[in-house]
Amino acid sequence: MTTPADLVCKDLTKDFDKFRAVDRVSFEVPQGSFFSILGPSGCGKTTLLRMIAGFQFPTSGDLLIKGKSMIDVGPSKRPVSMVFQHLALFPMMNIGKNVGFGLRQRGVPAAEIKTRVGRVLERVGLPGIEDRQVDQLSGGQKQRVAIARCMVLEPDVLLLDEPLGALDLKLREHMKIELKSLQAEFNTTFVYITHDQSEALVMSDNIAVMNKGRFDQIGTAKELYYEPANAFVAGFVGDANKFSGKITARDGQTVSLVTDGGVTLHAQAVQAVPEIGARAQIFVRPEAIALSKTAPANSPNASARVVDSVLFNGANSMVLLRDPQSGELLQVTLPQTGAFLGLAKGDTVYASWEPAQARCFAAEAA
Amino acid sequence: MTDKSKLGFYLLLMPLLLWLITLIILPHIGLFMVSISEKIGVRQYETGLGNYAVFFNEPLYWRTFARTAFMSIFTTVLTLVLGFPVAYYIAKLTRGRTKTTLFLMCLIPFWVSELVRTFGWMILLRETGVLSNFLQYTGVIGGPVEFLYNDGAIMVGLVYTSILFMIVPLVTTLDSLDDSLIEAGYDLGGSGYSIMREIVIPHAMPGIVSGCIVVFMLSLGNYLTPILLGGKDSLWFTGLIYTQFITRFNWELGSAFGFLLLALSSTIVFLGLKLSRQSLSDTMGR
Repeated sequence: MTTPADLVCKDLTKDFDKFRAVDRVSFEVPQGSFFSILGPSGCGKTTLLRMIAGFQFPTSGDLLIKGKSMIDVGPSKRPVSMVFQHLALFPMMNIGKNVGFGLRQRGVPAAEIKTRVGRVLERVGLPGIEDRQVDQLSGGQKQRVAIARCMVLEPDVLLLDEPLGALDLKLREHMKIELKSLQAEFNTTFVYITHDQSEALVMSDNIAVMNKGRFDQIGTAKELYYEPANAFVAGFVGDANKFSGKITARDGQTVSLVTDGGVTLHAQAVQAVPEIGARAQIFVRPEAIALSKTAPANSPNASARVVDSVLFNGANSMVLLRDPQSGELLQVTLPQTGAFLGLAKGDTVYASWEPAQARCFAAEAA
Repeated sequence: MTDKSKLGFYLLLMPLLLWLITLIILPHIGLFMVSISEKIGVRQYETGLGNYAVFFNEPLYWRTFARTAFMSIFTTVLTLVLGFPVAYYIAKLTRGRTKTTLFLMCLIPFWVSELVRTFGWMILLRETGVLSNFLQYTGVIGGPVEFLYNDGAIMVGLVYTSILFMIVPLVTTLDSLDDSLIEAGYDLGGSGYSIMREIVIPHAMPGIVSGCIVVFMLSLGNYLTPILLGGKDSLWFTGLIYTQFITRFNWELGSAFGFLLLALSSTIVFLGLKLSRQSLSDTMGR
């Protein structure tokens, strides 16, 4: 590529006293893409975002925006804008003043501010609300005003710090789609941090999974979901059944593992195949497991299990199956074909999955 | 409301009502009656506004009045200018223990009586005091200098006695300002000055106004500090009232002065609220 990426981080590190919050993080975000940083709370994602915004200074490493190093540039001089977790709209100003704040700071003439504020509010779908007060808006409207307030400055990169966290579920689902279309409309690079995997999966072009200050994997939503790089990613992105145990046999990439409960399972190792006798973990997605009422022929992971409970949730209904021998629970997506509609507690069904659908990772040395 | 809870409500209201009526309203009615009676002979009185006329016809009286008002306003402004950075530092730049400690350190001097603290200033500022001796020792001044008994000394004393009443409401309002608003201001390209002017001060306005009202009232009505630090010629209006009541036994004129002071403070507070576009319930009711 000839044009430099909008945002480049090189070995970015941040230490707080003895605690390393961000540990040698490197990534590139190409122009116009939606990049998410997904991680549990306390993983260092907010610190990373605040370093990009300029509120915190990295201990070491470099940060480039449009090819220019930002290490010695203060937050007010960086070509990035941030949508805060609680939006941080100024309650002492009306909407027009809020959106025009950044332009006023740059000494843009009043008449031009007025037209530009009007135009950006139109683009976020809220024309003519300049004279309203912040507390007169609904949650979703505030969200859009906060984005408009940043976008009016035409930043190179827009940072979003879990802005959907405070919204109720319905609105959150709606705003996910809206954010994605706003990003396409402005064609600006978005860097979005969240602990909600569905937000990241739905909206992003690329996702980085962050854990304990490090990036475990960077990839598209599909890659993270179907080809997780390690046990943490496999467990954090999407639902998964997790079994720990010892490796008993290896056949190419396929391994056999005896769980702590004593059940033999087969799965595929993606990267390094663990040694025989080593501790490992197997992850199986609930939707990758097939249910049948009779024992399936020659399936290596088939077993008879007792229904422990049916978790009805419309299209996302699940069933919990207990292994009669080990007592281990298996979460399975209920097929929507109607064949298992009458499933009740205590019934016996057969669960099976292809070894290629299950992932095996060596247990991390603690 | 049931009859029983009504009774409870009035019983709880009783102390407040008693306090208001016996200590505030009744004395003021009495004072007002006294202030509009003119002495025309021994134990002979006539109703009229003669006492108020005396005030306006005697330059010393209304000039002292104006001087007290201006100096109180100046004290208020000075207290705000000095108190705001302190409050901002305590509210926004410190956390946890440091914050509590600093706040407590502002409070500790007020455990000592105002009289003792004012004497403290006298020890510092008098001709043979600490400041004068120190300046002589370092060679800045040749001979002893009297720092007491001037307007500067009064000002120092007034600012000192009232600054806590400015800091407390300011810390409270600044505490309630979300840090992310300040960060958002910087993020959108604001400078320290513009963020202070457009975000911090508008947010702190109720605190600023309530602090100013309290400091202004305290300064205007202060008697001890101007007399002790300003000396005999301090010309503070409360001093004039004291003189009329106690030295001159002219209760009629003293009462008139008292009412004029009440009118003055009310007018200035009203104007201040109008100018800052705040309402009394906004500033005092929280």
